[in-house]
Amino acid sequence: MISLRGVSKAYPRSGDALRGVSFRLRKGEFAFLTGPSGAGKSTVLELIHFQTRPTEGEVQVSRYNSRRVRRRDIPALRRRVGFVFQDFKLLERLTAAENVAFALEVIGTPRREIAGRVQRLLSQVGLAARHRSRPSELSGGERQRVAVARALATEPRILLADEPTGNLDPDAAGGVFELFRMLNRLGTAVLMATHDADFVRRHPDIRRLELEDGRLARDSAA
Amino acid sequence: MRSMREALAGFRRTPLLCVLSIGAIGLSLVILGLFGLVAHNIGGAIGDVERRVEVVGYLLDDAGSEKVRAARRELEALPAVESVRYVSKDEALERARRDLVEFSDVYGELRVNPLPASFHLRLREGFRTPETVSETAGTLAAYPFVEEARFGDEWVERLFALRSAATGIALALGGGFALIAVLLIVTTVRMAILARGEEIEIMQIVGAREGYIQRPFLLEGAVTGLAGGLLALGVTRLAYVVFPIRFAAIESLAWLPHLWTAAGVAAAALLGLLAAAYSVHREVGRAYGPS
Repeated sequence: MISLRGVSKAYPRSGDALRGVSFRLRKGEFAFLTGPSGAGKSTVLELIHFQTRPTEGEVQVSRYNSRRVRRRDIPALRRRVGFVFQDFKLLERLTAAENVAFALEVIGTPRREIAGRVQRLLSQVGLAARHRSRPSELSGGERQRVAVARALATEPRILLADEPTGNLDPDAAGGVFELFRMLNRLGTAVLMATHDADFVRRHPDIRRLELEDGRLARDSAA
Repeated sequence: MRSMREALAGFRRTPLLCVLSIGAIGLSLVILGLFGLVAHNIGGAIGDVERRVEVVGYLLDDAGSEKVRAARRELEALPAVESVRYVSKDEALERARRDLVEFSDVYGELRVNPLPASFHLRLREGFRTPETVSETAGTLAAYPFVEEARFGDEWVERLFALRSAATGIALALGGGFALIAVLLIVTTVRMAILARGEEIEIMQIVGAREGYIQRPFLLEGAVTGLAGGLLALGVTRLAYVVFPIRFAAIESLAWLPHLWTAAGVAAAALLGLLAAAYSVHREVGRAYGPS
């Protein structure tokens, strides 16, 4: 489903972010992407989301290859790959329901279907009762759940999460993580970047891809 | 429909910026419009004078009528020549009596007509250059029965230089002000994009198509250009009505042809669209990587 082959990424100012990284993530798999800040975790996620292209090597996501992908195919790829961020990236002027509806609207969902789908998505993340609340009225954990509901609006097969529990207290972090596990059991592949080593250690059953200084230092599945 | 809604929402979000942009674009285009008005009238006046450019060939008295008819046919067949008028000796005298009233006594007492017959050649539009006028005069003078060919070479050259200068100034000013308008629209659209940066980022993340994101901004640029164009047209018209200008030999300025005004407003909208496209491509297109 996701394959990185000898991927290096260098930025003109900051230099090498990744060096020769290779791994595969299979359909329905769950993996942590770990490493200290600056190890290259976010760069890996951005490459898989085709926000940037490798300097060397190639990234394959479903049928899309970083060497051959056409610009006009990128939106379709991104609909298959949901993305959740540490800082939620919710629109403050919109309610929880409107934030989810926004995503449905921009991908061209027929207007008459939007309300029903928003309700289902918010129920799925356990936030149906807070649909009228604005982000500022929600806790960190609740905001992240809205962000997950929005990421699920496109029915992605892959969910990328960049430090999704970084701004949350342990209870909220545990709740969001359980949500990811539930989505994974339903068939969505999850790649979750985190620098929280304790959190990762508490889930030894989950594959761990460990980055160090832009290299893949360890793969627990290898 | 959504694009229009979003474009109007953009105007509502930053009304002051939009009003300033439309005003600034309008002002630039007003200056262009006023210059256009003057240029149109200068062009018209020059065109009138140019149409009067004649090459005159004075014929010897012993030119045979058969030769003159043949020469006339040959001259009419020249590609540069629009018309050939033959003025006989009698017509020349008649005209002199009519036009030069102060010499009517002199002409009335003449026993012999001293005035020569002549050919008056008018040239087609596009052929009224100093070179063509001079060349045609040379052809005319080459006939053995043509004593002299005149065409006022000095002022033909001056007229042509004046027209070239007017065209050059119009193009330079037009280009300059169009550039100012483009820069203003580029800035306005860039500000609109920055104001909606968060929304755009989310759209790109969830997989919105590039066109879906870009269309409202393109429309906003086109509408800004259109509004600036219409404002400029209105102010130019107002200036034309309120301050009737007179200059040189022109009695009063003629208003711009409808085609010009329509083309001007359409060009303003097109400039707005192109400026917005440049801005959008720079600010939004990056997230989709190389094309």
